[in-house]
Amino acid sequence: MSLTDILLTVGLIALKSVVLLVALLVFIAYALLADRKIWAAVQLRRGPNVVGPWGLFQSFADLLKFVIKEPVIPAGANKTFFLLAPFVFAVLALSAWAVIPLADGWAIADINVGITYIFAISSLGVYGVIMGGWASNSKYAFLGALRSAAQMVSYEVSLGFVIITVLMCAGSLNLSQIVRAQDTALGIFGWYWLWLFPMFAVFFVSALAETNRPPFDLPEAESELVAGYMVEYSSTPYLLFMLGEYVAIITMCALGTILFMGGWLSPIPFAPFTWVPGVIWFTLKASFLFFLIAMVKAMVPRYRYDQLMRLGWKVFLPLSLVMVFVVALVLKLTGLAPVS
Amino acid sequence: MRLDQVARSLLLKEFVTGFTLAMRYLFKPKATINYPFEMGHRSPRFRGEHALRRYPNGEERCIACKLCEAICPAQAITIEAGPRRNDGTRRTTRYDIDMVKCIYCGMCQEACPVDAIVEGPNFEFSVETREELLYDKQKLLANGDRWEREIARNIAADAPYR
Repeated sequence: MSLTDILLTVGLIALKSVVLLVALLVFIAYALLADRKIWAAVQLRRGPNVVGPWGLFQSFADLLKFVIKEPVIPAGANKTFFLLAPFVFAVLALSAWAVIPLADGWAIADINVGITYIFAISSLGVYGVIMGGWASNSKYAFLGALRSAAQMVSYEVSLGFVIITVLMCAGSLNLSQIVRAQDTALGIFGWYWLWLFPMFAVFFVSALAETNRPPFDLPEAESELVAGYMVEYSSTPYLLFMLGEYVAIITMCALGTILFMGGWLSPIPFAPFTWVPGVIWFTLKASFLFFLIAMVKAMVPRYRYDQLMRLGWKVFLPLSLVMVFVVALVLKLTGLAPVS
Repeated sequence: MRLDQVARSLLLKEFVTGFTLAMRYLFKPKATINYPFEMGHRSPRFRGEHALRRYPNGEERCIACKLCEAICPAQAITIEAGPRRNDGTRRTTRYDIDMVKCIYCGMCQEACPVDAIVEGPNFEFSVETREELLYDKQKLLANGDRWEREIARNIAADAPYR
C-alpha cells in the first residue's frame, strides 16, 4: 500500500466522519427542540417559539449562548480533569456513531464486532461522568456522579442480555448483518420488536436509564438536584456534557432501530416502499423511538432511587436472563438458529 | 404476583394507557397565550402604571388638592403646589411618584376629585435603573397623553358600577 493510498483512505474516512457528525449534530439540534416542544405540548404549553419560525433556531441560539458565556472553574477543582471530563464524555458518545449503518453499507466502519464496540464505548462514557463529578471538588457533584455511574452500570447488565438475545437470533455481531437478518417477507412483522417483544420493552426502559433520561433522571433531576454531576459546569463544558447526553440518547434510538426495528429496511417489503432510500426509513424509525422517549419524559413521574435499583436488578435482570434461556431453547428446538 | 398482573406489566398496559392519554393532550389547544405578541384580558379596573390626565383642550386636570398625597398608604406621592404664572390658578409645580414605593392600591385615583391621577392599563414599564422609576410630573403627563384613549374607555366602562 503506497502513501497516497493510505492518505486517500484516511481522507475519505475523515470526510465521511465530518459529514456524519454534521448531519448528526443538526439532527440533535432539532431532536432537542422536538423534545422541548413535545414536553410543552403535553403540558398544554407552547414551548420555545420565538427564535425563528416556530422556534426552529432555538437550539442554535442556545449553542451560541453557551459558547459565548464565561466558563466558571471552581477554585478547588482539578482544572485538567474538570475540563477533560466533558470532552471525554462528548467524544466517546460521538465515536459510537462510527459503526452505525444508516443504510445498507453506509457505516463508516462496518466492523464485525460493531455491537460490542458500541457497548464498550457507551460504557466508557461513565468515566466522563465520574471524572466530572470528582474533579469538581464539590460533594453534590460527587454524589451525583456516583448515583449516575451506579445507575448506568446497573442497567448496562440487562442491556447486555437484551443484546445477547438479539445476537442469538441474528447470528452476528455486525450491525449491518443484524439488520439483514431481519429482512424477511413479513416486513414490519418480521423484525425483532415483535418476536422478542418483552426484550424490546426492557431495551427501551434500560436505554432510558442508561442515558439518564426521565423517568430515571434522578442523578440530575432538574427540579430537585439542579444538575447532579454537572452542578459546577457552565458554558462550553456544560454544553459538551449536554451534547454527549443527547448524542447518547440518539445512539440508543439508532441502536433500538437496528436491533429491533429492522434498521434501514422498509416496513412493507414490496415495490413502492422499497424504492425509498434506506437512510430515510432509518431516520424515521430513530425519530419514532426518540418521540417515544420524549413522550415518556412528559408522562411518567420520576422514580425513587431504590425503585430504580429494584427495577434494574430484581425485574429486568431475571427477566432478561430467562429470556436468553427461552430464546436459546426455542432456537435450538425449532432449528431456527442461524448457521454461520 | 398473579398471572394477569404479569401479563399486564409485560404488555406495558400502563405505559400504553398513559401514552394514549398524553397523546390526547398533545393535540389539545394550548392553555398558554403567546404573551409578548398576544395580551391576556385586562379588566377596566386594572391598576397599572400611573398617568396624569388632561382635559380635551389640553388643560391639566390636576388642581393640586393633594388628596392623593394624603391618602397614599406608601407615601409615594410628593406634591408641591403654587399659583400658575399666566392666570394665577392653583397648579402643581411638582408631582412625583416613587414607583418603587408604590403598592398599586389605587387609592390615589379613588381620592382624586377630577380624575386627574389614574392607574392605566399598562404594566410593561420595567426599566434597568432605579432612578428611572422615580416618575416626575413630565413623565406622568406623557403617560397620560400616551394612554388617554385606553384610560378614557376604561373609566367609561367602569362608570355604571361606581
